[in-house]
Amino acid sequence: MTVLSPARPTDALPPLARPVVPTDRTQVSVTAPTTKVEIRDVRFYYKKFEALKGISLPLYDRRVTAFIGPSGCGKSTLLRVLNRIYTLYPEQRATGEVVIDGRNILSPDYDVNLLRAKVGMVFQKPTPFPMSIYDNIAFGIRLYEKLAPAELDMRVEEALQRAALWNEVKDKLRQNGLGLSGGQQQRLCIARAIALKPEILLLDEPASALDPISTSKIEELIHELRSDYCITIVTHNMQQAARTADYTAFMYLGELIEYDETAKIFTKPGKKQTEDYVTGRFG
Amino acid sequence: MTLYQRRQALNRLVLCLALAATATGLFWLGTILWTLLTHGVSALTADLFTKMTPPPGSQGGLLNAIYGSVIMTAIATAVGTPVGILAGTYLAEYSRGSRLAEVIRFVNDILLSAPSIIIGLFVYEVVVLRFGHFSGWAGAAALAIIVIPVVVRTTEDMLRLVPDSLREAAAALGAPKWHSIVQISYRAALQGLLTGVMLAVARISGETAPLLFTALNNQFWSTDLNGPMANLPVVIFQFALSPYVDWQALAWGGALLITAVILTLNIAARVVASWSSVKK
Repeated sequence: MTVLSPARPTDALPPLARPVVPTDRTQVSVTAPTTKVEIRDVRFYYKKFEALKGISLPLYDRRVTAFIGPSGCGKSTLLRVLNRIYTLYPEQRATGEVVIDGRNILSPDYDVNLLRAKVGMVFQKPTPFPMSIYDNIAFGIRLYEKLAPAELDMRVEEALQRAALWNEVKDKLRQNGLGLSGGQQQRLCIARAIALKPEILLLDEPASALDPISTSKIEELIHELRSDYCITIVTHNMQQAARTADYTAFMYLGELIEYDETAKIFTKPGKKQTEDYVTGRFG
Repeated sequence: MTLYQRRQALNRLVLCLALAATATGLFWLGTILWTLLTHGVSALTADLFTKMTPPPGSQGGLLNAIYGSVIMTAIATAVGTPVGILAGTYLAEYSRGSRLAEVIRFVNDILLSAPSIIIGLFVYEVVVLRFGHFSGWAGAAALAIIVIPVVVRTTEDMLRLVPDSLREAAAALGAPKWHSIVQISYRAALQGLLTGVMLAVARISGETAPLLFTALNNQFWSTDLNGPMANLPVVIFQFALSPYVDWQALAWGGALLITAVILTLNIAARVVASWSSVKK
């Protein structure tokens, strides 16, 4: 399987990363990744069912980390821990630690709304709000900042530009966001998330409901955004993981089986299970 | 007969039965509307809307009754709607999996199906007897009690149709719960909520029993909510039972008027509800 990992670090490799294959030297980036999120022994319960059985791994800043694995392996669940969105449902709970910038976000005294300003999320199905395109973006900004109309306009434009949607919607900002195509709606949701200037982006199968052209646009976008955010993507599509991610984590039945550089996972995985999965022998 | 033919024959039989049942339902509805039209249309004069309910044998209209009905319906809706919407919001948005919510839902369903005469008697007991006289306020109170369960039910149902993914998306931006309810859920369910309120108005504008015990009637022009108040359903009840032909004619006119208003509200509710399908 060919791997088009955009760039990867050489020196000061993270604990889990292994030496880079020499042929990739040309793409080596200068900076070593710094750990943005440290996940420590996270366990997750839906009522009595243990969906995550002690997950520990670091997520790196300005890198894309993909989570792969068969349905029900817990990859979306893990993502939903990182912004504590699961707390909407009283029967769900998580234990362990998720340390972002030195603070455990799972501790009850961490303000969940401020956490979500820092950790943006995009869901599998596009979820535009029933309001205009402009208000979809402004909704989140207005929660945290009181801006003059001109400033707000700029922030909305900036977010739409970043999400590569501006040219398609600049003449219809006042139209309902629900009138956009599926791919546009999903980019609207990404714009809405980055309008808050988050530091971490959680993408939960962001392209699985989209056609191939929209999917490639989303992937390009992820590549663009990579230089500014710590991006985590859950995907069922292994080519997508290979194309977009610097690091890939393979999960199975609530456990982290293997976590390494994407190239390594797809070419020389350390575990038999990983190899079987990425070569399509099971899952 | 082959199995296939038998299945076809059964299909035709069931289709005929269904059509017959539909025709029966429509026949009675048509008959009612036709009877109302033929008897009531002659009473639909300018007098109906400009003159007071008359003594037997003289000219008059239903102005005081129309006014009373409108004002009591308006107050009942204004009081019952916020209570109903807030309670429905609690049930749909806040009470996930709670025991209290199940009890409330059950009690609300009982209230929803309670005979309206019982609500009339209740208000008679707690308001009319206490103040010593019938009043427009008592009538409005009885109607408001009927509005609440209707609005609670429709509000809860409509908010439940709002997908959780929208709530999650709002929460993922860090929106507090109340903000997400007001800005997202209400907006997404707006048509449904309006429909619920309109259906509640349609329901109470024809209620007679609760008003008999509360607002009673008043044959004069009165805007005083502290005194007995004329209203269409009770006037129709009284005039239709009377032996006087002119009163009976006015009753037909009033009945036609109420039916037209309720029909309009129901159709409006459907039109409003159909807008929401655009917003998929």
